[in-house]
Amino acid sequence: MAYAAGVDVGSTQTKAVIIDEAGRIVGRSLMDTGANVTRAAETAFQEALRDADLLEEEVGFIVGTGYGRYKVTFGNTQVTEISCHGRGAVHMFPGTRTVVDMGGQDTKAIRVSETGEILDFCMNDKCAAGTGRFLGAASAALDIPLDELGPTALRGQRAVKISTTCTVFAESEILSWLGKGKKIEDILLGVHESIGARSAGLLRRVGVESEVTFTGGVARNVAMIETLNERLGVAVNVSEESHFMGAMGAALFALDHILASRAPASSMEHTS
Amino acid sequence: MSQMATDTSLVGRGNQDGAQLFRQWFEELGQVAENDAGAAYVFVMGSLTELLRVFDLPIVFPEINSLQTAVRRVAHEYLSEAEDYGYSPDICGYVKADVAVQLRGGEHPMGRIPKPAIAICTNACNTYIKWAEIWERMHDTRVFTLDIPGTRAAGGQTWPGDPDFENDRRYVADQIQELITVCEEQTGIPFDIDRLRETMGHANTMNRSWKRILELNQTCPAVFNALTEGTIYLGVANGFRGSEAGATYFTDLAEEMEYKAANGIGTLSDEQYRLLFVGVPCYPIFRRFNELFTEWGGTFVNSTYLWFASGGSNLGFQYDLERPLDSLAEGVLISVRNAMDSMFFQDLVLSEMIDDYQADGVVFHPIKSCRTVSTGLADNRRALMESRDTASLFLESDMMDRRVVSEAQLKNRIDAFFEGLATRKKRASIERGETLQPE
Repeated sequence: MAYAAGVDVGSTQTKAVIIDEAGRIVGRSLMDTGANVTRAAETAFQEALRDADLLEEEVGFIVGTGYGRYKVTFGNTQVTEISCHGRGAVHMFPGTRTVVDMGGQDTKAIRVSETGEILDFCMNDKCAAGTGRFLGAASAALDIPLDELGPTALRGQRAVKISTTCTVFAESEILSWLGKGKKIEDILLGVHESIGARSAGLLRRVGVESEVTFTGGVARNVAMIETLNERLGVAVNVSEESHFMGAMGAALFALDHILASRAPASSMEHTS
Repeated sequence: MSQMATDTSLVGRGNQDGAQLFRQWFEELGQVAENDAGAAYVFVMGSLTELLRVFDLPIVFPEINSLQTAVRRVAHEYLSEAEDYGYSPDICGYVKADVAVQLRGGEHPMGRIPKPAIAICTNACNTYIKWAEIWERMHDTRVFTLDIPGTRAAGGQTWPGDPDFENDRRYVADQIQELITVCEEQTGIPFDIDRLRETMGHANTMNRSWKRILELNQTCPAVFNALTEGTIYLGVANGFRGSEAGATYFTDLAEEMEYKAANGIGTLSDEQYRLLFVGVPCYPIFRRFNELFTEWGGTFVNSTYLWFASGGSNLGFQYDLERPLDSLAEGVLISVRNAMDSMFFQDLVLSEMIDDYQADGVVFHPIKSCRTVSTGLADNRRALMESRDTASLFLESDMMDRRVVSEAQLKNRIDAFFEGLATRKKRASIERGETLQPE
């Protein structure tokens, strides 16, 4: 039995996943990326090995992904997180045709084929509005832990309008609403709706086709799931592994390499 | 041909000669500036240099001056100076760099640029007109605007003999007649129709060769990179249009490309993907931008830029020297209209290019500081994607302003684009029943 690994070095967090030959996750890890990207990648990989109770030499191929993919110095090759999220989403939910990935600084709308091939993609450009960082700003301004943002927002009744498109200015807008006596849950509901609107705009640019799968760290946020469901008019797929979807896709690409190296040349089609 | 086929010294000659001509051009402009004489400022879409050369007017292309500041990595100094002077960060970067050149008395990385004595612009870009007004205010420059009728409906171009076309031609011809009078007044040199025939003859040679050179890039591997080498050729096509040097250069360049095509010499040693480029290049990281594609074996085989920024001369229009003024009006009308059409009816143009150039993908490059070429690119892309199963990429950056050029973000998108192309290629091979080797 050989194992394949994917290491997703994101702008905020680094994720590592190890899968077996059947594509099942056997080990995973998650940590803040911090300033030393190479060390974060190495540590995440070692943590995933420990989680899987495996030795490094049992892993046959490693693919690095995310903005820091070229810093996965122990990896065998690199694949962009755009391809990896598409691949991971289709693996988890085979009916997936559209992927929305919300990470720390990027939100991506990806249209995929039934094989996970990227047909089109669109990302936020040079601005972190509509990404996880926007929620981070709200968390800081309201002094509420990130994990509690979603449940708090769901208690909101009348969302306030967050008009700014700038993450930095959003913080002052939130404070201004607080000053006007608005309820925290209504402000947070407004924050989620603002992000949802921007994400839906990105999705419309690539064309929303059902099924839609929601990936990335923000997919753990229940209010964001609700907002997207409402905006898109469909119930988005969310996996318990959504945070690891990029690393999962990378591990699947790594598995391709392992299987391709064993397969006779004529049967390559099974590995794409 | 047999002698040519053994002459490897031809390869790369166009790049070297182009650079040499460029230096020569700017040296001559420096001399004009030293003598405190003025020049004719013109634009790439409808420069009419064939006519201006009759009046011995030195030719300045402010668009080329501006992009040179970006290629030479000093554009930010010029942009900041214009913004300090009061121009908004949101307007055309070419305009702002030129404003700074004017404020600096013509100081430019390639030498000193003479002041505009006269400016000739067309309506092909709305900014041209407002740009010329700046010189009018700064230097009291005489401005002449040519109004060139565009195509009225998609696919509805009219041609000689059609009543609508003939009306348009008369409209342009009258304007050219008026321009001749203005040039005579400006220079004191009487119009000489035989000199016009001569410059139009040189333009014919250039147009004919340029069309052939573009066609030769349909060969696999491509003989030149439309983004990088193509931009060198464009510079000469504009700066030396209507001159003997320009005609000779393009004749030689066509010879080089014929040789490369006949001998299978590609601009890339291992061409994997053939790409089309839409928009204006990313000049602040010009070389690196291209490397982001060539590292994957991608080369640009044609671009809308080579069409509209050559003023539509890609059509290879041939002037009739027996009736020069009428024919000049006809050529200007057809060529500038084509330049505009390459932007406004782009999906039709691109669809043809995909077939003619066997393109694997199309790269759309909208830029912050040129709304004229960027507006509608997303819609054009969508229209193209609906009609063609060809991969495309949408990259946003700028032609001048490195503050809005993020290499890491560009690379991420470009890498994902090539990953998709690789998957398509693999799938197509499988469908053709080819045997794939393990990676």
